[in-house]
Amino acid sequence: MIRVLFFASLREQLGTGEMRLDDFSGDIAALRESLCGERPEWRQYLASDPIRTALNQVLVGADATVADGDEVAFFPPVTGG
Amino acid sequence: MSMKTRNKILVCSEAFDAATEYRALQGGACSDGACAIFVGSVRDFNDGNDIRGLALEHYPGMTEKSLDGIVADARARWPLGRVSLLHRVGSMQINDEIVFVGVTSPHRQAAFAACQYIMDRLKTEAPFWKRETIHSDGVTKERWVEARDSDREAAGSWA
Repeated sequence: MIRVLFFASLREQLGTGEMRLDDFSGDIAALRESLCGERPEWRQYLASDPIRTALNQVLVGADATVADGDEVAFFPPVTGG
Repeated sequence: MSMKTRNKILVCSEAFDAATEYRALQGGACSDGACAIFVGSVRDFNDGNDIRGLALEHYPGMTEKSLDGIVADARARWPLGRVSLLHRVGSMQINDEIVFVGVTSPHRQAAFAACQYIMDRLKTEAPFWKRETIHSDGVTKERWVEARDSDREAAGSWA
């Protein structure tokens, strides 16, 4: 199982902050495609260029491999400080 | 002194007191003659809008890891004594202090540089998101703050 998290404006746009996926294998790009394939209305937000991705709480690129038990997060550019 | 007692890294939902944080930094750092501090507060004006309040969201777990990593990288670049890094989350009012960065060092250049480095990286890497309550034309509404190119450039300058 993979835990997928969404934060800030993206969480509001998608209408959810967390979901769990069974039986996924592939990289971050494939995970995003899978999510957008199931919910086409997500594509304009989730596939947007500035969206960042973290794998197990570390920033990664779209080619990072996701394994069972991982935590993946999608979020907009950060604005703290 | 262990690294654990030399670092104070905290994501907090309650207000902190900058004067208390300064005394804690300065008090235990007898061999460090320099202490540099940066404090960021909620301003009342942004992009032409009247700001009435601010909420800060974060990614529990990753945010703390990110701050730990930034402080560790600062220590690898400069000789630092104590480092304190505090960041508020949740609802805040105008003039509330959002972030406190304080470092001690034997040298002022190192203290200034490390303080700026920590802030520059925090602004572009640590998962925090600001949501402003703005008042415009008699209407109060909320909006997510947009990331700035100038912040990305500042962080990139340390690479």
